[in-house]
Amino acid sequence: MRPFDLQRPDSLEHARNLSTGETATLIAGGTNLLDLMKLQVEVPERVVAIDRLGMNEIQATEDGGLRIGALVTNTATANDARIRSDYPVLARAILAGATQQLRNRATTGGNLCQRTRCYYFTNIDQPCNKREPGSGCGAIEGIARLHGVLGTSSSCIATYPGDMAVAMSALDATVEIVSADGSERSVPVRDFHLLPGDTPWRDNVLETGEIITAVTLPALVEGKQLYRKVRERSSYAFALVSVAAIIAMEGDTIARADLAFGGLAHKPWYDPRLSDLLVGKAPDAALFDSAADLLLENAQGYGENDFKIPLARRTLAAVLAEATETEL
Amino acid sequence: MPDTITINGTDHTLPSDPRVSLLDFLRHDLGLSGTKKGCDHGQCGACTVIVNGMRINSCLTLAALHDGDDVTTIEGLGTPENPSALQAAFVEHDGYQCGYCTPGQICSATAMLDEIKAGFASDASESLDGEMEASADEIRERMSGNLCRCGAYANIVAAIRDVASQGETA
Ligand SMILES: Cc1cc2nc3c(=O)[nH]c(=O)nc-3n(C[C@H](O)[C@H](O)[C@H](O)COP(=O)(O)OP(=O)(O)OC[C@H]3O[C@@H](n4cnc5c(N)ncnc54)[C@H](O)[C@@H]3O)c2cc1C
Ligand code: SF4
Ligand code: FES
Ligand code: FES
Repeated sequence: MRPFDLQRPDSLEHARNLSTGETATLIAGGTNLLDLMKLQVEVPERVVAIDRLGMNEIQATEDGGLRIGALVTNTATANDARIRSDYPVLARAILAGATQQLRNRATTGGNLCQRTRCYYFTNIDQPCNKREPGSGCGAIEGIARLHGVLGTSSSCIATYPGDMAVAMSALDATVEIVSADGSERSVPVRDFHLLPGDTPWRDNVLETGEIITAVTLPALVEGKQLYRKVRERSSYAFALVSVAAIIAMEGDTIARADLAFGGLAHKPWYDPRLSDLLVGKAPDAALFDSAADLLLENAQGYGENDFKIPLARRTLAAVLAEATETEL
Repeated sequence: MPDTITINGTDHTLPSDPRVSLLDFLRHDLGLSGTKKGCDHGQCGACTVIVNGMRINSCLTLAALHDGDDVTTIEGLGTPENPSALQAAFVEHDGYQCGYCTPGQICSATAMLDEIKAGFASDASESLDGEMEASADEIRERMSGNLCRCGAYANIVAAIRDVASQGETA
């Protein structure tokens, strides 16, 4: 690990002043940042610890939702009674990620900002446009098993690896951000992560010096909530494909269908057309198939990850069948 | 309590180099070599210790950020003469071969049994609410953060189930 200065402000205001400048990086639980600092993928000159800033509560909001502080641990979120009863898709997504030891340290903000697990990104001997702009992408013609099939670009095909944000995307949660000058903005989780385009070094919309303060969940939604994660082993592995779903029925037809997908793209994938297609229809295998056709319309495999396309189709069908109690 | 950390009941001064992980601080600076380094990247669980009652990977945390914290390592759980229930059960059930993962397994299991009592859910739990059971499936899921290169899993699960059914953790 390269030498760095460690700073530990005890107010958000002080942290904002410290976090400006390209060379400063925030540390929350440290489970992603320290991993990457040991590999010299991240080489900050200053590390600003935000663990003393509070932001560690889950509070009810005025409009009936919940506000999860940026420093609430994944364990605390998954075990909060209100999250368990009203937002089980979020509790399930978190519990399907990492391990208890990691979730005990991992925070809301850090989880959202965790970096890709692309093998070329984490190996400084390899070319990678995300880590070293202009050096090329090792994965496109290389080992691409974990990589994206939707929204990729000719500069990067990496995936966002997390589970929590996939559920937050299905729930249409909002990220609250404060900038160095104290101004605040809110960004829907669905717009927080970026596609790689020709700026693959940008994972998300955060600008230098910005700090996530919380994620807000909208008021409780009607419907069945499911999170299904397909991975190489049954625990302690990142998603190959995951689906977060909130599905409500009215009589024999689908009344609500909010779906988000992990493992397919550089961001939790949310396609509003799926809801338009599904709502108002009676669930059956043909409908699920046409939803998958729409979802995967522009999907492109890179050899090693071709399997993700049929896997996404089958996982979507399985989730829709379970949520609507349809026999396949 | 600026710059001190309590480890197994004894106060220590934290290192001045911010790069030192809690794991290296325990092993290298304090000579508490019971806690093991397997991967140094959060991928194996050999470095598991209990901080303020919660199990964490000591390799992925900076010692300097633990002032005022209370850490329990394998050395703090028991001694050869006076082992904890889990330490005794691992011996009884042969819950290891080489023993390298064992301190992490036992620290992890100690905290895990408390989590079950506290009603923490896991990915294997049928329901997110209510009483949690120390079934074999639950133990396998909850202990998935501790790999065993020797594959002693069956005996590890047996040792933990034995203690869980005695209803004691330490
Ligand atoms: C072996 C292993 C397996 C894993 N498996 C999974 C898995 O299956 N599913 C999954 O979802 N995750 C998994 N993870 C990732 C884990 O969830 C993340 O490491 C964790 O959520 C990061 O949170 P943290 O608080 O430790 O972040 P840190 O490491 O402290 O920070 C990560 C990044 O976020 C930035 N950051 C942190 N807080 C803020 C803030 N408030 N505002 C702005 N920026 C901020 C930091 O600057 C840094 O760039 C795994 C990790 C490991 C090591
Ligand atoms: S896929 Fe993206 S992160 Fe991976 S090597 Fe290519 S540019 Fe780097
Ligand atoms: S040494 Fe910490 S998890 Fe492997
Ligand atoms: S006993 Fe050898 S690694 Fe577990």
